[in-house]
Amino acid sequence: MAHTAIELNGISKSFGAVHANRNIDLKITAGTIHGIIGENGAGKSTLMSILYGFYQADRGRIQVGGKPVTINTPSAAIALGIGMVHQHFMLVENFTVLENVILGAEGEALLNTSIAKARSELERLERDYGLEVDPDAVIEDLSVGLQQRVEILKALYRGAEILILDEPTGVLTPAEADHLFRILRQLKDEGKTIILITHKLREIMAITDNVSVMRQGAMVATRKTSETTVEELAELMVGRRVLLSVEKGEAKPGGVMLSVKNLTVKDSRGVTMVDNVSLDVRAGEIVGIAGVAGNGQSQLLDAVSGVQKAVSGTVTLDGVPVALTGEADPADLRQRGMAHVPEDRHHVGLVLPFEENENAMLGYHRQAKYLNGPFLDIAAIRNDAREKIEKYDIRPADCRLKTANFSGGNQQKIVLAREMEQDPKVLIVGQPTRGVDVGAIEFIHKRLIDMRDQGKAVLLVSVELDEIRSLSDRILVMFAGRIVGERGPDASEAELGLLMAGVEEKEAAE
Amino acid sequence: MSAPYAKLPAWADYGLIPLINLAVAFLVAGLVVMLVGENPFRAAVILVDGALGRGQNIAYTLYYATSFIFTGLAVAVAFHCSLFNIGGEGQAYVGGLGVAVVCLAFDSILPWWLVFPLAVAGAAVFGAAWAFIPAYFQAKRGSHIVITTIMFNFIAASLMVYLLVNVLKPAGSQAPQTRTFVEGGHLPKLNWMLEALGLSVRSAPFNLSFLLALLAAFLVWVLIWRTRLGYEIRMRGFSPKAARYAGVSETKIIIIAMLISGALAGMMALNPVMGDQNRLQIDFVTGAGFVGIAVALMGRSHPAGIVPAAILFGMLYQGGAELAFEMPNISRDMIVIIQGLVILFAGALEHMFRPTLQAAIASLSPRSMGAEARQGEGG
Amino acid sequence: MDFFHTLILLLDSTVRLSVPLLLAALAGLYSERSGVFDIGLEGKMLAGAFAAGAAAAVTGSAWAGLGAAMLISIFLALVHGFASITHRGNQIVSGVAINFIAAGSTIILGQAWFRQGGRTPSLSAGGRFGAIELPFADAVRDVPILGEIYSELLSGHSLLVYAAFLLVPFTWWVLFRTRFGLRLRAVGENPAAVDTAGISVSWLRYRAVICTGILTGMAGSYLSLAQNAGFVKDMTAGRGFIALAALIFAKWKPVPVMFACLLFGFLDAFAIRVQGTPLPLIGQVPVQFMQALPYVLTVVLLAGFIGKAIPPRAGGVPYVKER
Repeated sequence: MAHTAIELNGISKSFGAVHANRNIDLKITAGTIHGIIGENGAGKSTLMSILYGFYQADRGRIQVGGKPVTINTPSAAIALGIGMVHQHFMLVENFTVLENVILGAEGEALLNTSIAKARSELERLERDYGLEVDPDAVIEDLSVGLQQRVEILKALYRGAEILILDEPTGVLTPAEADHLFRILRQLKDEGKTIILITHKLREIMAITDNVSVMRQGAMVATRKTSETTVEELAELMVGRRVLLSVEKGEAKPGGVMLSVKNLTVKDSRGVTMVDNVSLDVRAGEIVGIAGVAGNGQSQLLDAVSGVQKAVSGTVTLDGVPVALTGEADPADLRQRGMAHVPEDRHHVGLVLPFEENENAMLGYHRQAKYLNGPFLDIAAIRNDAREKIEKYDIRPADCRLKTANFSGGNQQKIVLAREMEQDPKVLIVGQPTRGVDVGAIEFIHKRLIDMRDQGKAVLLVSVELDEIRSLSDRILVMFAGRIVGERGPDASEAELGLLMAGVEEKEAAE
Repeated sequence: MSAPYAKLPAWADYGLIPLINLAVAFLVAGLVVMLVGENPFRAAVILVDGALGRGQNIAYTLYYATSFIFTGLAVAVAFHCSLFNIGGEGQAYVGGLGVAVVCLAFDSILPWWLVFPLAVAGAAVFGAAWAFIPAYFQAKRGSHIVITTIMFNFIAASLMVYLLVNVLKPAGSQAPQTRTFVEGGHLPKLNWMLEALGLSVRSAPFNLSFLLALLAAFLVWVLIWRTRLGYEIRMRGFSPKAARYAGVSETKIIIIAMLISGALAGMMALNPVMGDQNRLQIDFVTGAGFVGIAVALMGRSHPAGIVPAAILFGMLYQGGAELAFEMPNISRDMIVIIQGLVILFAGALEHMFRPTLQAAIASLSPRSMGAEARQGEGG
Repeated sequence: MDFFHTLILLLDSTVRLSVPLLLAALAGLYSERSGVFDIGLEGKMLAGAFAAGAAAAVTGSAWAGLGAAMLISIFLALVHGFASITHRGNQIVSGVAINFIAAGSTIILGQAWFRQGGRTPSLSAGGRFGAIELPFADAVRDVPILGEIYSELLSGHSLLVYAAFLLVPFTWWVLFRTRFGLRLRAVGENPAAVDTAGISVSWLRYRAVICTGILTGMAGSYLSLAQNAGFVKDMTAGRGFIALAALIFAKWKPVPVMFACLLFGFLDAFAIRVQGTPLPLIGQVPVQFMQALPYVLTVVLLAGFIGKAIPPRAGGVPYVKER
């Protein structure tokens, strides 16, 4: 019988009024891959940061290898053989791979010997695990997959026996993810213990031995992976039967409202993020774009809504072309009937230190109804905000409250109210329910269907496949910056999954 | 990034914390007074008496405060756009050139009340012009505005010395300054206002630009909180990404905010150049541009805080002069120390007492917590 | 030979004038490379100069002066660290505050203690760092060119001059060949990487600002104990800001910092030399133009017209664990 690598008892952690972890117990068997699954905000990352000494628990005990331990700093965790690959890589971008690997584990005050030692150790790890990477390459020149490999090497170089990976596949292409899983299996065969944090059920089923489910800061269940099903895990994660479809009637598509032709977008480093994409959205339909995060969906939304410049291509809004390559002007697009609910409401869709009423007109603040000449019409602005609060049931119902003090769901409602109440022709929506509580999700989904039924053209991007499938009338799948397939709303998850993984259309159809 | 500090009720955030910070700054200043062998309490009494004791002193206090209101507002407007304009000193210096050019051209042909609006425009345009280049480089080329405005302070100093020595100095004169303006270049004094209150003022440079400063403070409040432009400035200040999303051009808003900031700094020159010395002379700004930083920080970038903060510093300048008279060990440079301490405690260390205070308030009345979030972050 | 002699003299004063810039710029390099911006170099240098002048006047020892200068500069650097590292305050604001505190208190304390209008008493030879004659400097003086370079340009400087130039390769070595340097550079680029590697971000940054304090103390000591015989009020006269400009101009790299400081020192020496005398071809160059040139060059560089100065990525941003 294998022994226990890690045991957590009664771990609790609060940030201000938010209980990130409540009274968590967890036991992880040595030499296994243990998955921890839960929705965004369920407290998975916080729990692992506590185990890694990055945060300190308010209460609770930790045992490693059967012995009670105190882990107050990452260095204490490292000394206990715990390594962590963070969701956002902890690499110094203008350092070489070697420099990153030895940082904090240099051994001696002078670098010459430690670098030489690290070089031979890296060669060994490369041989043993197939973790190939050029030790003298500078991090910012490496692909995301290789950067992740450096993170794993960092942990192994420090002698990690227990490896925590926080959402490791979120930024990987399917091929890179497969490679990662092969490496993880190999590490397991060498006797390492692996903790895999994810919100993707497919990954859990594919690779883990055991799985623990977290919901709203609490640990709700632990199962042997072989003895559970996707449906059970999904239900445990969400706390009730997952709504696989939202009630909606037949779509009655009208004329093309938004037309994108041959759009190409590059990021600041010149990497092509959107590659020659064409699509149409008709009045009265929801077109959903499915895909693994980081395959160009964000840039597509930003370019179409004028926030980011495009390299080439055309966009027409209700038959009138949109300037894309010059000075982007989201204000002009708004005036012409394009509303945009951005993916990142904290930094883009809202100004958190503003009062609620100031955010209720953000982007539409040039409209005559909010102004008296160059002056703000404060009374009109607040009345308008109060009406929206009432109509969208935003709580607390106080238009002078700082926006930062609203919950995630209510913040999202502030954005939706603002964009939907403009009576737009086209509505562009990114990740409408990210970090939003379950009650608000239903409300938001219903409002999106209402928009469709009122004859708006809705372009929806979400990394939640369930959301795409239940809302969309047509589904486009994006992979590596390109649209790789189109399916109806009845397409199976497996079929879409293959497309999202970059498997060619013909193969997927077979 | 949202503030890592939890919320305090508004009265503590805007009232108690600044007061505590100010008190600590003066406490440390008191230690310095003890270090030079003087009694800090006696020093404080002399200082307050020197600043407010007689009508004459009050007039001087308000004269200094006038300059600080302008420079404090200049720093504050830039703060709202999340820009640190450290170049108020240079902008005010060059603003003086604008005043001088107008006065030298029109002082013998127009009455003061016609020269005045032209001089205001001259000061504002020259000050704004000096802020324009750093603003343009920040907006278009991403060069750090703190560094460029510091550099522009030094460049302004060299430029003005060159102009005064080689261009503006009347022939045959030794001193590096312009000729003295005639009547049309003199702003009327406001000492009668104090006399109307029963105070006696023999002669003091307290002049019309004080009223202009108060008007500017009101207009800045209107601008920031009651106009579309101010809304867009604050939007850019809190979140550049949200501003881009809302269709606000970052380039444009940075440049406009800096032009307004530079214009306000430039208008400071009216007070000494047209209101007191009636000529342009070397180093007439004497640090007022930097005092503006302390004033804006203490006043939390709000005109209602800036005006009292400027008057407090006016008291320090005037009272400090009297103090130097009475206590030979303390020169007016004491004010520079206090200024530094205020900037340190009200600015860089503004959060030092927050956790303690928060715990104290939470234990006294748990329900008062959590309603208000912190506003405005300097820099 | 007259032109050559003039050139040697010009370069000699270039060296002398660039030393305080070099020490202050290297000081700033440690702090800024660790992610703590420091526009308070001027104030720390001024306080150091005062402390050096005062301590040397009282004890008669230049070394006591240097020690006092370092202590007071380290103290101010720690104040900056306390505000910007521990309390996550605005680093620019803190630097501005330190400049004012130093400017005011050096005058107030100087006047209270010595009563010479803000000066410290004139130092005798023992209280200063005198010129060091390199071996055989006199013997080779008459050898053409090389002899003059050796005896005039290289020999006859104070200890601090040699120390300053030795600090350039030393700083390079620390930065790129030691564990401390690796961590210092890392914390200025991505403090979270350092934190998760089990290293204290705060302690690392505190050590960096202490290095800054030591070096600004040396810079100040040079002004009052080597270049002059005592402290005069406001004697740094903006050198801290020129050093900052040199640091940016050199893109935060030690060897280029030296060349930038020599360039700015040369401009200064040249301005003093040609004051009032018209130059061939160009005619009379106003001295103010020469004075402003380092600042103008820095602005031009910052605007990206000659290369691009990219500061350490985490510079100026207090480190907060993400949540």
